[in-house]
Amino acid sequence: MNSIINNIKGIGASPGIAIGKAMLLKKVKHVKTGIRLSSADETKNEIQRFEKAVKNSIDEVEAIKKSILVNSIGIDILDVQIELLQDEQITTEVIEKITCQYKNANDAVIEVIDASVELLNNLNGDYFSARSADLQDAGNRLLKHLNAAGISDKQVPGENTIIIAEDIAPSETITMDANKISGFVTKMGGKTSHAAIVAKSKGIPAVVGCGLELDLIKTNDIIIIDGAEGNVIVNPTADVLIEYTEKKNNFLKQTVLLNDLKDVKAITTDGVEITLLANISNAADMEASFAFGSEGCGLLRTELLFMNRTSFPDEEEQFEFYKTIALKAKGKPVIVRTLDIGGDKHLPYFNLPGESNPFLGYRAIRISLDRTDLFKTQLAAILRASVFGDVKIMLPMISNILEVRKAKAILREVKDGLAVRQIKFNADIALGIMIEIPSAAVTADLLAKEVDFFSIGTNDLCQYTLAVDRLNEQVKYLYEPFNPGVLRLMQNVVDQGSKYNIHTGMCGELAGDASATLLLLGMGLREFSMSASSIPYVKTLIINASITRAKEICQHVMTLDNAEAITHYLQECNKQ
Amino acid sequence: MITKEYTITAAEGLHARPSANLIRLAKTFKSVTSLKKGDKVIKLNSMLNLLSMGLKGGDIITIHIEGDDEQVAGEAINNFFKEELKNL
Repeated sequence: MNSIINNIKGIGASPGIAIGKAMLLKKVKHVKTGIRLSSADETKNEIQRFEKAVKNSIDEVEAIKKSILVNSIGIDILDVQIELLQDEQITTEVIEKITCQYKNANDAVIEVIDASVELLNNLNGDYFSARSADLQDAGNRLLKHLNAAGISDKQVPGENTIIIAEDIAPSETITMDANKISGFVTKMGGKTSHAAIVAKSKGIPAVVGCGLELDLIKTNDIIIIDGAEGNVIVNPTADVLIEYTEKKNNFLKQTVLLNDLKDVKAITTDGVEITLLANISNAADMEASFAFGSEGCGLLRTELLFMNRTSFPDEEEQFEFYKTIALKAKGKPVIVRTLDIGGDKHLPYFNLPGESNPFLGYRAIRISLDRTDLFKTQLAAILRASVFGDVKIMLPMISNILEVRKAKAILREVKDGLAVRQIKFNADIALGIMIEIPSAAVTADLLAKEVDFFSIGTNDLCQYTLAVDRLNEQVKYLYEPFNPGVLRLMQNVVDQGSKYNIHTGMCGELAGDASATLLLLGMGLREFSMSASSIPYVKTLIINASITRAKEICQHVMTLDNAEAITHYLQECNKQ
Repeated sequence: MITKEYTITAAEGLHARPSANLIRLAKTFKSVTSLKKGDKVIKLNSMLNLLSMGLKGGDIITIHIEGDDEQVAGEAINNFFKEELKNL
């Protein structure tokens, strides 16, 4: 056995840790024969062979369908396959190739399927590549029945098997025995391939798209899969094995917690409902967040859309991006933060001036109000997406009310422009601001009259209030959201929000910090937005707490004079 | 002839199973049913053709139905877009 540890990096497709023995899944590759038919009899014979293969293939899929539970996830793959096997377009093209081009059934099927697969691949998008995988799967099944000799011996997995394969056909994934197969790893494929989706629904950890390195794996090698991180470890040392066994157990515990809590509402013991939202960067995050029990998106960072490219995305591209997320949210709120670059976030195609204090410089709303062309494009795209869901706009880095007024004037202008273009949008779209600069927190009473909602950004608020760069190793110990000064600012924002009857949420890291949950509840915060994976734990704290107790905790915290004492006190509170 | 416009509401476009169901449904009628998006038109008798339209969420499509049973077919397809799609 190979004693060297190989770490292979792929795409994490289905979370979880799996440890088991490798089984290499071999695939029969169908090739063209180049045979030309020379008589009418042969042609007739090939057409009959093709029709028989279609019938046998359909029978086979029907049989698989009967053997698995109705309503099991992935059964639609089989319906789709049956439909593709009897597709009129495909049938017509195959028969045409046999009769007019004198090809045998094998070659005709290969050519038609290959061309159609390519057509679907060219459509772009994960959805269509999944469909082309369906089509390839259907084609391979036809070919298997055409060439009876090509039917491979079915490989039977033993206990704790980890499947290593080029790719896993959609119909193969649903017949896999989840009791024996503890995970799988493929060379090809992406996050939304069928294999990935079915693995996820069955709770089997999977890593896809690992590339050629997988050839290094031999049958019966010990394999560890980390399906969340996309890591594959081949023949681990004893230490690594112990580490991952522990990780595996923790993950299982966490999964149970997740499933138990997903549909439980975050209501305190005295009946106050709290809204738990997710901070996201794209549509996939939005979808994933629902598995953690999120009730929408409290912060959509739009930066990802602008990064890793060579020019600004145009209105159409941005519209598609926002629209997809709005549709995925299915009517739940989606708070879109307008572009927040500058500071430590740069775009390769947008030259920001060299500044001695980038965090105090040209960034976020300041760029948007200066480069109104960019701002208008983004606002137009968000407005257009607003008819597809509950979309709201949030402005980052507001330091004074004039910025809000200026932004609102631009928003009006963009709305008028859309109306002229006769494009639909939500004219009453909510406009809110991030409270992350101390001046905004102090003047929350003034700002509340001008906007529909506040969202407290604790990271920047903390950094600006305490004058601490948290990336600076020498001073980062001062970066402390429980500093009484920071807490008083937050309290003021929540109080003014409730006094002027506007909605106040929190989307900074503190919102997902379990040690702060009770304190924030006590302050009066009712909406928390955090990374989705933090939701279940914060939710357990909420459903076990009462607002009465949270208020007592908050009152006591406000009597303490330093962050250390507050941190210690809050830790004690959570232990009770 | 019956002509009607629909908007695809699912974010990823028409899912695989509804696509298969739509083709299956259209094939149960004698009428010729076609689907148009922009200037591309296909007959609703092939899953492959339907997939090749690359329908995405938000796309607006037009369905044409022509034949003896077009009334019944029109109703069934309308029902498919309005009701069945919601449950899938």
